[in-house]
Parts: sequence; structure tokens; C-alpha cells
Amino acid sequence: MREMISMIVVLTLLASVSGGLLAAVKSGTEVRIEEQILKFQKAPAIESLFTDVTNDPLKERFNIETQERTLQIFPAKLQDGSAAVAFETFGKGGYGGDIGLMVAIDLDSDKLVGARVTTHAETPGLGSRAKDDPSFVSQFAGKPIDADLALKSDNGTIDAISGATVTSRAVTRAAIQAQELYSKLKPEILKQIQ
Amino acid sequence: MAQSLAKEFTKGLWAEIPPFRLVLGLCPTLAVTKTVENGIGMGLATTFVLVFSNLLVSLLRNTIPPKVRIACYIVIIATFVTIVELVMQAFTYPLFLKLGIFIPLIVVNCIVLGRAEAFASKNTPVLSVADGLGIGIGFTLSLASLGAVRELIGSGTITIWGGNPVFAVGDWYQPFSFMVEAPGAFVALGLMLAGMNLIGKK
Repeated sequence: MREMISMIVVLTLLASVSGGLLAAVKSGTEVRIEEQILKFQKAPAIESLFTDVTNDPLKERFNIETQERTLQIFPAKLQDGSAAVAFETFGKGGYGGDIGLMVAIDLDSDKLVGARVTTHAETPGLGSRAKDDPSFVSQFAGKPIDADLALKSDNGTIDAISGATVTSRAVTRAAIQAQELYSKLKPEILKQIQ
Repeated sequence: MAQSLAKEFTKGLWAEIPPFRLVLGLCPTLAVTKTVENGIGMGLATTFVLVFSNLLVSLLRNTIPPKVRIACYIVIIATFVTIVELVMQAFTYPLFLKLGIFIPLIVVNCIVLGRAEAFASKNTPVLSVADGLGIGIGFTLSLASLGAVRELIGSGTITIWGGNPVFAVGDWYQPFSFMVEAPGAFVALGLMLAGMNLIGKK
């Protein structure tokens, strides 16, 4: 009995102390990690989505509060005069947790301009191809905001990455989430841009 | 005391250098050593975890009940691995991207758990830190040298830090890219092991 209590007490204490320590380190590094993700993940994604911008989407970014979280919106003015926005959504159910997807949507035609995977922890060489090889995410380009996005294996039209169906499904989920968020938030986005 | 301290430190550098002498921790060894930079980054991250987990395990060696010791070691190790992961994200993000999934996998690195179980749980904190530091530096040197062999043959460059090669062979060299693929890791490791055994025999 005594031994059992000491086992429980020691393990509980150890776990709580390490939990507290991790919480402290996490809150101490949070701001810096956010900056690094902006610099090394979001910025390259936005650059490859908008190749001919006349403004700086990164500098002009603004936040919109939604029920779940703060959404960072990157507005872009394209050289042909049209305007677009990019923002990041997270697809649940990847092999290594949520998959970040930067989605760009044209404000005039309400069509997806494109999408790029940002943060992920998928298996190198399999799921990670969603990021390294843009041919999968390029299927989203040109799709209208009310298009039904689903993988072919789920009776949809999107070709999954071979060997990485779970990852493909999570990325598609992120794209659907972006469609929903955009249709809900468009009035507010237009108001903020002006 | 001073003599045994030095002994515990230096044994990690040659006599028990992982992964060549103790053939443990092969997962990160084979997976990340495509460049010297990755090897050094992985080695330093593992060293940090080794030193602090050894220190803590040694300090708590009389408190931890023997029946749950492995669970306690894993909690301690996982805590330091997560700290390394957060700090790497905050300060060396490009390196974190390259090492990716292999940073959290330090938790299950046999070397770390092995040192906690075989050494730190039976020795004083000072000796345990010396042991962790020695093994960690040995591991870093091994990964760096394996990375150097693979990168030099496989890409014709040497990248120490920051992503830019400090040395390039030149355009005449046709990179033998087999060496930076997974099978090349086994071949390079096997050849280096054989070489070390050859030297050690004399």
C-alpha cells in the first residue's frame, strides 16, 4: 500500500512540475515562434500564391475575430486590378495533427486563386508531398467558393496524393473550412480593406 | 574524483561513442545526417536532453520508486525534448523545419533512456552530467562526421551552419546522390563502423 501511494505521489508530482515548466516555456517562446512562422511559412506561401502584387500583403495584414480564433487576413492587390485575400485555415485529421493551409480567394469573382500547405507534421516522403509538390493543392485553384470539394475516393473531384489519402483529406478539409469562413466573413473583410 | 569525472566524460568520445560503439539511436543517425548542419543540430539537441535528463534522474534516483522508474524517466525526457522543440522553433526555425519529426522522436532515442537507466540512476549528479555531456558530444561528433561523409559524396558540399555551404567541390564533380538517400546512410554508417573497428583493433 505504502509503495503504491509513493508511486502515485511521485509520478503525479513529476508530471505536474513538468507540465508547469512546459507551460512557462511555451508562453515565453510563443511570440517569437509566431514571428518565425510568419517569416518562414506564411510569407513564402503568400509569395508563391500572389506572383504579381502591387502592395505588400504581409505588411497590410489585419485580424478578424471569429468565434473560434483570431483570423489573420493578408489582402493583395494584383497587377490586373483585381483584389484578393489570403488567410490560413487548419485541416483536422492529418497523420501528425492539424495541417495549415494558406488559401487565396479572389474578392471579385469569389474563386479560389490557389492554396499552399504551411505548417504540418506529416510523414516525410509521403504526407509531406502535400507541401513539397504543389500539384495536389493546385487542384483547388479556380474552384468557386460554393464548389463541393471532396476527394475522388469520397465521391468528389479532387485527386488524392497516392499513398497519402489521410493527408489529402485533411488538406481538403482545410480548403472547405476556408470556403465557409470566406462566405461568412466576406462583408467584414471588404469593410476592413476600405 | 577528478579522475573518474574525466573518465566518465571521455568515454563518450571514443570508448563508448554512440552510435559507433554503442549501436543505439540509429533512427536519427540514419535519417537526418544528409548534411553536417543537420547532424550538428540533431546532436546538440540530443546533448541538451541527455545532460538535463541525466542530471534530474540522478537527483531523483532515491526518490523515484523502482517500479515506475521508466515512466518517470520518460516524463523527464519528454519534458526536455519539448523544451528543445519550442526553443528551436523560436530561434532556429529553418533547422527545425529540416529536422522536423525527428526532434520529438528524441524522446524514444535509446541513448537517452539508456544513459538514464544504466548510468544516471546509479551515480551522483556530477558524474551523470559528465556522462551525459560526453555521450552527447560524442553523438554530435558522430553525426557530424557521418553527415560530412554523406554530404561530401552525395552533394559535393559541406554545410556547417546556416544553410549555406562553406565548402563546395566544384562543378567537375558529379554528385553521387545515392549517399544522401536512405540506403546511403546504411552504407556510410557500415563503412565508418568498419573503419573504427579496424583502428580500435590495434
